[in-house]
Amino acid sequence: MKIIRVLLQKEFLQIFRNKSMLPILFVMPVVQLLVLSFAATYELKEVDVALIDNDQSALSREVMSRFQATGYFNLELETFHYAEAMMAMDQGEVSLILEIPSGFQTRVREGRVADLQLVIDAVDGSTAGLIQSYSTSILKDLNAEQMRKIQMESYSPQVQKVKSIQVIPQNWYNPDLDYITFMVPGILVVLVSMIGLFLSGMNIVREQEIGTIEQLNVTPIRKYQFMIGKLLPFWVIGMIDLLIGLILARYGFNIPFLGSLITVLIVAGIFLITIQSLGLLISTITHTQQQAMFIAWFLMVIFILMGGLFTPIESMPMWAQNLTYINPVAYFIKIMRMVLLKGAGWPEIQFMVYGITAMGSALLLISINKYKKTVA
Amino acid sequence: MPEYAIQTENLTRKFGDFIAVDHISFEVQKGEIFGFLGANGAGKTTAMKMLTGLLTPTSGKALVTGRDVYTEAEFIKKQIGYMSQKFSLYDDLTPRENIRFYGGIYGISEEYLSQKIDEVLEGTGLKDQGDKLVQALPLGWKQKLAFSIAILHNPKIVFLDEPTGGVDPVTRRAFWEQIYEVAEQGITVFVTTHYMDEAEYCDRLSIMVDGRMDAIGSPEDLKHEFSASSVEEIFIKLARSAKRGDG
Repeated sequence: MKIIRVLLQKEFLQIFRNKSMLPILFVMPVVQLLVLSFAATYELKEVDVALIDNDQSALSREVMSRFQATGYFNLELETFHYAEAMMAMDQGEVSLILEIPSGFQTRVREGRVADLQLVIDAVDGSTAGLIQSYSTSILKDLNAEQMRKIQMESYSPQVQKVKSIQVIPQNWYNPDLDYITFMVPGILVVLVSMIGLFLSGMNIVREQEIGTIEQLNVTPIRKYQFMIGKLLPFWVIGMIDLLIGLILARYGFNIPFLGSLITVLIVAGIFLITIQSLGLLISTITHTQQQAMFIAWFLMVIFILMGGLFTPIESMPMWAQNLTYINPVAYFIKIMRMVLLKGAGWPEIQFMVYGITAMGSALLLISINKYKKTVA
Repeated sequence: MPEYAIQTENLTRKFGDFIAVDHISFEVQKGEIFGFLGANGAGKTTAMKMLTGLLTPTSGKALVTGRDVYTEAEFIKKQIGYMSQKFSLYDDLTPRENIRFYGGIYGISEEYLSQKIDEVLEGTGLKDQGDKLVQALPLGWKQKLAFSIAILHNPKIVFLDEPTGGVDPVTRRAFWEQIYEVAEQGITVFVTTHYMDEAEYCDRLSIMVDGRMDAIGSPEDLKHEFSASSVEEIFIKLARSAKRGDG
């Protein structure tokens, strides 16, 4: 016990003495949380539009003003030449070309089929999808209004009622479809993972590089003591960062905390050990910080992109979905969202917690086993 | 039966096809200063790593403080001190913190350690530098400090791997005085060096060439045996026959 205390003392001394490390440990997570949460949004904003209005009618102007009124679209260019609009799209100045043919208003008023062309820049598929669905719903609304108007103007006693099934969606758990609410719990996981995966592992490799590990290896220090001495300091720092993040989430972003905070903290504790063990394992198979950093990044990117933070796991191909079973980050993101946003308790998350625990135990055992006091 | 501080028999270490240490057999008596000479790449560091339990031998026998390096490495570690070639104190800690840390690792009690810290700082002339970061100290002082830390727990043997590399002659002299003091306390000193004048200070020395131990004995005996006037001459004679290394 005494030896572990001595190790911890030394580790904390070094961490708190490192003037460039401290801000990284405590300021970076906050900045990251703030920046990412606002930036990583799927809401449509400021779509630049090129308008080709060949009709120049009241209705065609109405169409465009409807687009603008939503606040999502911004009229960037007005032209009569398709080529010019296309050029603007090529140059990335506009993402949507709205072309209204001449005779549009007349056709609508006469109750005939009126066409209208939308050309969408689909380099970014999901944005293109959003533009399309937003546009369609704007046009649908407008269309319905026009139909009513025509029917009223026609004074026909038998008003042909437009009947259709109306779907009124009710969004549970995140009623306003607020992306910040959805993103923040996931981003917290990323923060904790970064601290866990990088710091412990990097720390051991650093001792290898400067040669102090050799000095430690000729002392009677036990492997488990050494490992605890390396794990615990960054575990504590990871937990503190998570707490800071949770406070920000609750009071800064107004994220609902429907589930138990204790559950979140316990799972976070287990998750941190798991991800730190992976860091330790990396440090035992690498010799320089550069190598360790590269491998850690490689895994981190996969963990995050395949962890359901940005794209739903359910829409991945089957093989990719299967891979998430061994992705601790995916489990923890899911748990965080379930507990914080849906108020899930132990029964709902237990199997995922078992999963993380199993991975953690395996990784910890392997890394302790792989760490050798003798060199090859 | 006479007990040796170190005793090896056909100790060998291979890295693939390369035989770094080739069947070396020697004894080091208790309390002596044993010089371990050899050109770069002759296998000195490898041999030392096997004796300190950092490296497992490929074959052969080695007893350190009477214990087997294969099976009792962790026990041996309590009884030896080691100062590596690569400077191995923590640069971002103060001398005081370094001493406290390594003392704590060896399980030295708190009261004894506090007393010991003052003693070491006094002895190394670092009394006023005790709370400065180690990285700010000149190399010679760092090495004196590292040596003091290597013997903090009163080991039976202390291994010094090129302890005076890159240090000025005055500091080297002072360092060797420290080595003599330690030897007088009954601690066996096992030291590698490149400086031939330092070799003359040793009670006995050995010269390694291409992983083999080609000469062993007191400086006087060796001069006789190789009919040379200095250790340097012997060394050059032997090192010239070497096939590997850049020495």
